Amino acid sequence: MKILVSVKRVIDYNVKVRVKPDQSAVDLTNVKMSMNPFCEIAVEEAIRLKEKGVASEVVVVSVGSKSCQETLRTAMALGADRAIQVEAEDGLDSLSVAKLIAKVAQEEAADLVIMGKQAIDSDNNQTGQMVAALLDYPQATFASEVVIENGEAQVTREIDGGLQTLAITLPAVVTTDLRLNEPRFASLPNIMKAKKKPLDVKTPADLGVEVGSNVSIVSVTPPPQRAGGIKVGSVAELVDKLKNEAKVVS
Amino acid sequence: MSVLIIAEHDNKSLKPATLNTVTAATQINADVHLLVAGFECQTVVEQASQVAGVTKVLVADNAAYEHQLAENVSKLIVEVADGYEHILAPATTTGKNTLPRVAALLNVAQLSDVIKVESADTFVRPIYAGNAIATVKTTDAVKVLTVRATGFDAAASTGGSAERQVLSQVIASDRSRFVKEQLAESDRPELTAANVIISGGRGMGNGDNFKLLEGIADKLGAAIGASRAAVDAGFVPNDLQVGQTGKTVAPDLYIAVGISGAIQHLAGMKDSKVIVAINKDEEAPIFQVADYGLVADLFDAVPELEKSL
Ligand SMILES: Cc1cc2nc3c(=O)[nH]c(=O)nc-3n(C[C@H](O)[C@H](O)[C@H](O)COP(=O)(O)OP(=O)(O)OC[C@H]3O[C@@H](n4cnc5c(N)ncnc54)[C@H](O)[C@@H]3O)c2cc1C
Repeated sequence: MKILVSVKRVIDYNVKVRVKPDQSAVDLTNVKMSMNPFCEIAVEEAIRLKEKGVASEVVVVSVGSKSCQETLRTAMALGADRAIQVEAEDGLDSLSVAKLIAKVAQEEAADLVIMGKQAIDSDNNQTGQMVAALLDYPQATFASEVVIENGEAQVTREIDGGLQTLAITLPAVVTTDLRLNEPRFASLPNIMKAKKKPLDVKTPADLGVEVGSNVSIVSVTPPPQRAGGIKVGSVAELVDKLKNEAKVVS
Repeated sequence: MSVLIIAEHDNKSLKPATLNTVTAATQINADVHLLVAGFECQTVVEQASQVAGVTKVLVADNAAYEHQLAENVSKLIVEVADGYEHILAPATTTGKNTLPRVAALLNVAQLSDVIKVESADTFVRPIYAGNAIATVKTTDAVKVLTVRATGFDAAASTGGSAERQVLSQVIASDRSRFVKEQLAESDRPELTAANVIISGGRGMGNGDNFKLLEGIADKLGAAIGASRAAVDAGFVPNDLQVGQTGKTVAPDLYIAVGISGAIQHLAGMKDSKVIVAINKDEEAPIFQVADYGLVADLFDAVPELEKSL
């Protein structure tokens, strides 16, 4: 079984986000970038399936400028066998990215596509579902457990009301939630080895995909700031404030 | 042109997030239709027809839609999409599962977690865990949006009298099958609809200690929430997680107990009206957003708080 995993290079989750003064975007100059945490979980899951002998090959794909090659090397250091960069401007819209990944999945004849449920920059939570729709594959989003058996994936999903388990026939798309696994760290020897693993570069034209979107950014602004609060000295003072000042407790 | 909303329900009752989505829809256009796709969901249809502002309810009642499988529901929506310029769903795990599929099938973008309608083509949504707010304009022929309930007031659940239209399409994928469900049972209000929430974090120490929060929740009619760390550690189930990747809440009162206040947690609760933090570390970032901060050991403060309410 062949697994395709997508990875996105995003602002590191610990970085404090700043909006550009001209309100056109978030300022990414000299900011630490990392693999999107949900993509790390996707890579880890694929590697574990390979270690269990369920998968024979793990291919990793990223859509973006040259800098995303770094993220692809990280994925290979973690255990992916080879990588494909689809060269495009960073920050392409979800549907274009989905079309590109769907095409790669088709060309690779991947049995399973594992993707992060959302990227922590655009917070969209849509690309995996779109890939599934474009390929007419079944999907299991927000996965916290994946079991592959008899050409099916049994996937437990984190939903608002609790947990749901679906069985989907391969080929299929799975998107990861936080509790699917705890990603490993890359060892130094593996980081060295990853430098020699194959990394192909393709363009959207190579894949026959036209990219572009009808959505434009009007502005990006900082969120409204909360007015600073106070520290109370005791539980009694807290209760008094809640009853008589904030009036949220009667 | 009319707006189509995908109703959120469990075949028994209409979920409150649908009502907030109706309000968002009425800010786009006065003609709002609700699609109820489900199985043996007649009571949901009754409730949907009474929602103020809804003019028409489309009903697809078939076993194929019982569990809201995205493969089936997305194709159903696409089949009825003709004539709608806007398709909306609440930004719940169900809406987020299905609407991107609809958008891809229609070859248009999908806008997630809309918190404000500027006009029929311009919408506001948080990005970067709510640390930036984007205003976006779309010229797509069909605008497909998920709506964050906390951004809009709930429409009145009664007062309307919508006409009904029964849909006969049955779309049943043979490649996706429901196996089972483990749903949380609770007498408390739903997290996303509660007026008061008390949440516990890693500082709670273990699952048993969450009982300390229950006494206060009982007295205040509150829902109980949690940080990711508390869920990861197995103290409480995943459906309690508040944050960037959990639920977004904005109650009148949010009490954070033993929660440090990581940006990913703040993303889910910083629009609450009043925030209280109880934490023994006076440097904890949660105090930067708290209206009332109490630096104390929660094992002293929480029982005392329960007694004083
Ligand atoms: C991609 C991604 C997504 C994430 N999504 C979410 C999300 O949706 N929601 C979320 O919550 N987190 C999320 N996180 C995790 C987040 O970064 C933090 O790790 C998490 O919120 C920390 O939880 P916590 O505050 O309970 O734990 P900690 O940060 O460990 O804080 C525990 C706090 O308890 C206090 N404490 C300990 N003992 C006591 C005591 N006896 N009395 C009083 N106070 C005490 C400590 O002082 C400390 O401040 C996400 C992270 C990533 C990378």
